[in-house]
Amino acid sequence: MSHSHEHDHEASAAISNRVKHLIGTLERRGILTESQVDATIHSFLSKARPANGFRVVARAWVDGEFKQRLLTDATSAVGELGVDLSHWAPVRIRAVENTHALHNVIVCTLCSCYPLSLLGPSPTWYKSEAYRSRVVRDPRSVLDEFGVRLAPDKEVRVWDSTSELRYFVVPERPAGTGSLSEAELGELVTTNGLIGTALV
Amino acid sequence: MFEVGEYVRTRVMNPDGHTRIPAYLRGRPCRILNCAGTFLFSDARANGKPDVVQSLYTVLFAARDVWGADADGTTSLVADLFESYLEKRT
Repeated sequence: MSHSHEHDHEASAAISNRVKHLIGTLERRGILTESQVDATIHSFLSKARPANGFRVVARAWVDGEFKQRLLTDATSAVGELGVDLSHWAPVRIRAVENTHALHNVIVCTLCSCYPLSLLGPSPTWYKSEAYRSRVVRDPRSVLDEFGVRLAPDKEVRVWDSTSELRYFVVPERPAGTGSLSEAELGELVTTNGLIGTALV
Repeated sequence: MFEVGEYVRTRVMNPDGHTRIPAYLRGRPCRILNCAGTFLFSDARANGKPDVVQSLYTVLFAARDVWGADADGTTSLVADLFESYLEKRT
């Protein structure tokens, strides 16, 4: 792991340097100002919170018609809850539903694409080479390490986010939660649950 | 154009520069789950070529068709792939 960690660190340092150089050049040429860059980053990150994703799942659990709209066109459906994705075009989001017969898990093997607007910045392990390479080859072992144990006949489907769609998982609603309110249900949802590396 | 449910194959390809088809999914049989619409073709954009619009398909692979017979038979893989990465299965 230490080798891969160093590699990740070197890669991110190289990217930071390139970004710094690019911003510096754009500023010197009068194309961008530092405050414009800061405002854009702030606007993006202030809207990108995991609470968005938790709210969306809780609504899907209590409202079957909303869930159908979410599974058909998640980009529009999350707008009903006031989650604004307009700063993120042309990226679209898609919800994939866990069932008794199917468990979904999300990855980006090419880089680290992630439903940032719904889940906030991604966990460090999500960006690691170990996760990205192993989860497509042997997802059951990776899920086992996360403590997710699935029936041997359950289908495991790995979604590799290779293009302009960002995936998130709608976990199965836990048993015995019939009396909970939508807000209480939202508190049960976790970031890993929406990636597929945890059950809820 | 491909139809939803159609059995197709990813092309064997090694383009110079940026592409959005992972190496492990090239040259594999697969099935169209749905068409995600049209998008600017990433490979052309990233490589400084004029913008091209292409259909983007969500495509399903059986793990055994990707990794071989010793892979788990209950595992599948999905990726979003541009039309030019795919070909009819013969």
